[in-house]
Amino acid sequence: MSELTGLTLAEARDRLKKKEITAHELTEAHITALEAANTALNAYIVPTPDKALDMAKASDERLGKGKGLPLDGLPLGIKDLYCTEGVRSTACSGILGDFQPVYESTVTQNLWAAGAVMLGKTNMDEFAMGSSNETSAYGSCVNPWRAAGSDKPLVPGGSSGGSASAVAARIALAATASDTGGSIRQPAAFTGTVGLKPTYGRCSRRGMIAFASSLDQAGPITRTVQDAAIMLRHMASYDPKDSTSANRKVPDYEKALSEKVKGLKIGVPKEYRIDGMSAEIDELWERGIGWYKDAGAEIIEISLPHTKYALPAYYIVAPAEASSNLARYDGVRYGARVNGKDIIDMYEETRSHGFGAEVKRRLLIGTYVLSAGYYDAYYIKAQKVRTLIQRDFNEAFGKVDAILTPATPSAAFGVGEKGGDPIEMYLNDIFTVTVNMAGLPGISVPAGRSGDGLPLGLQIIGKAFDEETVLKAGQVIEDAAGRYEAPEAWWLSETAPAKKAKVTSKTKAKTS
Amino acid sequence: MMIEPRQENLVDGATGPWEIILGLEVHAQVTSQSKLFSGASTEFGGEPNAHVSLVDAAMPGMLPVINAECVAQAVRTGLGLNAEINLYSVFDRKNYFYPDLPQGYQISQYKYPIVGEGVVTVDLMKEGYSIEVGIERLHLEQDAGKSLHDQHPDYSFVDLNRSGVALMEIVSRPDMRSAEEAKAYVTKLRTILRYLGTCDGNMEQGSLRADVNVSVRKPGAPLGTRCEIKNVNSIRFIGQAIDYEARRQIGILEDGGKIDQETRLFDPKSGQTRSMRSKEEAHDYRYFPDPDLLPLELAQKDVDALAKALPELPDVKKTRFVEAFGLSVYDAGVLVSDRASADFYEKVAKGRDAKLAANWVTGEFFGALNRLGKDIEDSPVSADALGELIDLISKDVISGRIAKDVFEIMLETGEAPGKIVEERGLKQVTDTGAIEAVVDEIIAANPKQVEQLKTKPKTIGWFVGQVMKSTGGKANPAAVNEILRKKLEIGEE
Repeated sequence: MSELTGLTLAEARDRLKKKEITAHELTEAHITALEAANTALNAYIVPTPDKALDMAKASDERLGKGKGLPLDGLPLGIKDLYCTEGVRSTACSGILGDFQPVYESTVTQNLWAAGAVMLGKTNMDEFAMGSSNETSAYGSCVNPWRAAGSDKPLVPGGSSGGSASAVAARIALAATASDTGGSIRQPAAFTGTVGLKPTYGRCSRRGMIAFASSLDQAGPITRTVQDAAIMLRHMASYDPKDSTSANRKVPDYEKALSEKVKGLKIGVPKEYRIDGMSAEIDELWERGIGWYKDAGAEIIEISLPHTKYALPAYYIVAPAEASSNLARYDGVRYGARVNGKDIIDMYEETRSHGFGAEVKRRLLIGTYVLSAGYYDAYYIKAQKVRTLIQRDFNEAFGKVDAILTPATPSAAFGVGEKGGDPIEMYLNDIFTVTVNMAGLPGISVPAGRSGDGLPLGLQIIGKAFDEETVLKAGQVIEDAAGRYEAPEAWWLSETAPAKKAKVTSKTKAKTS
Repeated sequence: MMIEPRQENLVDGATGPWEIILGLEVHAQVTSQSKLFSGASTEFGGEPNAHVSLVDAAMPGMLPVINAECVAQAVRTGLGLNAEINLYSVFDRKNYFYPDLPQGYQISQYKYPIVGEGVVTVDLMKEGYSIEVGIERLHLEQDAGKSLHDQHPDYSFVDLNRSGVALMEIVSRPDMRSAEEAKAYVTKLRTILRYLGTCDGNMEQGSLRADVNVSVRKPGAPLGTRCEIKNVNSIRFIGQAIDYEARRQIGILEDGGKIDQETRLFDPKSGQTRSMRSKEEAHDYRYFPDPDLLPLELAQKDVDALAKALPELPDVKKTRFVEAFGLSVYDAGVLVSDRASADFYEKVAKGRDAKLAANWVTGEFFGALNRLGKDIEDSPVSADALGELIDLISKDVISGRIAKDVFEIMLETGEAPGKIVEERGLKQVTDTGAIEAVVDEIIAANPKQVEQLKTKPKTIGWFVGQVMKSTGGKANPAAVNEILRKKLEIGEE
């Protein structure tokens, strides 16, 4: 690891501004590190080094003239969920084949307009459906962290596993991610990074490959809370081309970090103390409560009584929307196609081969819960639960400014360890889905280590469009827990590269 | 309430008379520059896939954004149908797979349509009665693209130009009882839409199509099982499809069979309907609110502003024509059936004898357009020119008969009537001396007819005819009459 890749986004930005380093140097250092690590980690599925160097060159020109943009020369990883013009964008699904959009997502467009540099597309669970990055058509991504004294490969979490892994392994200064049920915060917790899921509507969804439209939200994964603040400011915007994006001014989040938390009311929901929660997580949470007390915040016990219904309701709403959102992948216009004897046969072959098992499972669930005769019992009931969850939060936020919870029920687990039972996998999202169901902002901040040295995170949940308080409160955890050292770069010393990612779909699918 | 069916609408079967029950779902393409949820053009007849945005092609990550003009058009239409405007409505997804449906769902409105109940008064002009057809709802939805199966031996092609174009689905109550009533309803609906400017009503271009629900019953019996005939695209075909389908259902029932609820297609070549899919094969569309779109909320003041700016609609115009101009209900009905005709008429009638103007517009003028196969928009005779012609009649410059000749010349040459009359010397002769001379001549030459006149005074008409003939029709008929009566010593009638 070079000194340059170890910088935070804010540090790199400041040094570029002062012309102590160049965008070219910074980018090249990342490309070198990426090339050395990616075989082992499989964090990037499409590295774009040439594009990165071109963008860095343009940044250096602007910086040289003293006309640097806010993110000029800062190399980022981009989750493969974002459509990027001329660069393969597939949401890590075989069904999109070699799809290259002719357009750029609004969020990435905002980042490029601010001068950021694109290092490549990062690995993820197929269509963001998963909590371990194991459902990717491009193979698992590996967590740069290992348990003490073990060389067992661990998952980076999901679905934004590639982004989290890349940021943790210092092969991106920061990365874009997306969160439908926990897909930013859970991988951040697993990799010792900061993951910020903004309020629904804060960032445009235009150009993000949809999973569940009413829940999906873009956000960053970074190494510090300050970096998350910087990234969000330049990802967020009102977009008239997304009817659900919020027409509100984007504040200077970085500024909010210097505000005091003294007197801030922090809620602790009793319902999050779930059965069978490990002592380790419980202790972490208690430690976090202590930090806030020390900082002069007031701790208030609150109740979110419908929490236990959030996960089952989520697994109705999200698959229902997905079953409709993914109907466009039919082999007719773009992506992979497997020909059949007639149109129905073509649909069936294309979708049977193009989608992975977890996606198919959710499409079936979603189709089922929307079917005549089941709609009221499942979809409508789940929407009612959603309203109740929102009401729980509304009531709680009458008393408190932010809510503190664990981010995940455990530390990162082994690759292949939870492949058998999908429910076991779904339980990873137990602390995070409620936030999506209510459309609120949440952040996962590294807060400690498990007994065997793996990262653990705490989550702060805020009021709608109050990312400033969320970030300010997150800073308290970071200040108290201290920033992590980088994980040991074991991939540099290991001669035998990790199993090469199995590439693309297993089909003979041709792009149309 | 049981309404006694009209005898003329009953259809005779082997077992007695049957009543036909009809309800229509009309799909009307919204007149707008761009599509319902994208900025692509709605222009008809472009090269295949020339008017397709990333949204219309359902590219990954592309999102719909509602077109405010389409919403305004739906509201105007609702107001024109005397319907309730729902300030809160929701767009839903109707899920099904088809190659010309890129999203895999159609964005439509299911539970909460933008327009609720309304009513349309339909006049059956020939039959001489009116009915009220209830409107159940009007909702906005996207049109699909078009599959082309005749372009290649092994492939079907897809044209997405229409994909995403805004449609209004206008659902009627089952309030029609004959093919004539259904045809009159669609005609009236089209007239209203055209008045409002919310749909051009071009059935040949597919801007207006109807799904026709048909069932039959014995008068007074409960409603029978219905069949839906999909996508009928001309008023004539609507009539043919209903007549065929009603006969088919009556035949089945009279043979002791039962009607299967199904969707059918009308084949204009054979004039028959055939089964498309049964109730069991019907799709489960899995409707649910589209999470990409917020519920559509309208402000009452915006609806009021649209209402205020609406044009005068045919029913109101008809009443005004009858009351202000003294026209017959029939003539007024003919004139208002098309906004351009009504506007043309009003221009002609302004400051003139309104009834005379109506006679000319509905008579000579419409007759000529029909004969020439021309629309009112490209008529060779303008409203001003026709008005000038009528002025010439009113001022006794020419007679009504000569006016017809002048009108023919106007059609051919496009010249002004005054100029034609002047140049061709068609002015009426009112000089009594000149007329007297002609009258004397005719009396002298026809002693037999003069004799006859003594017993049959009515034969004075023959003398009038002779005078007109020899003056080339230019003699003032009133003057001719007076002089003849004086000379032949016949009293006034």
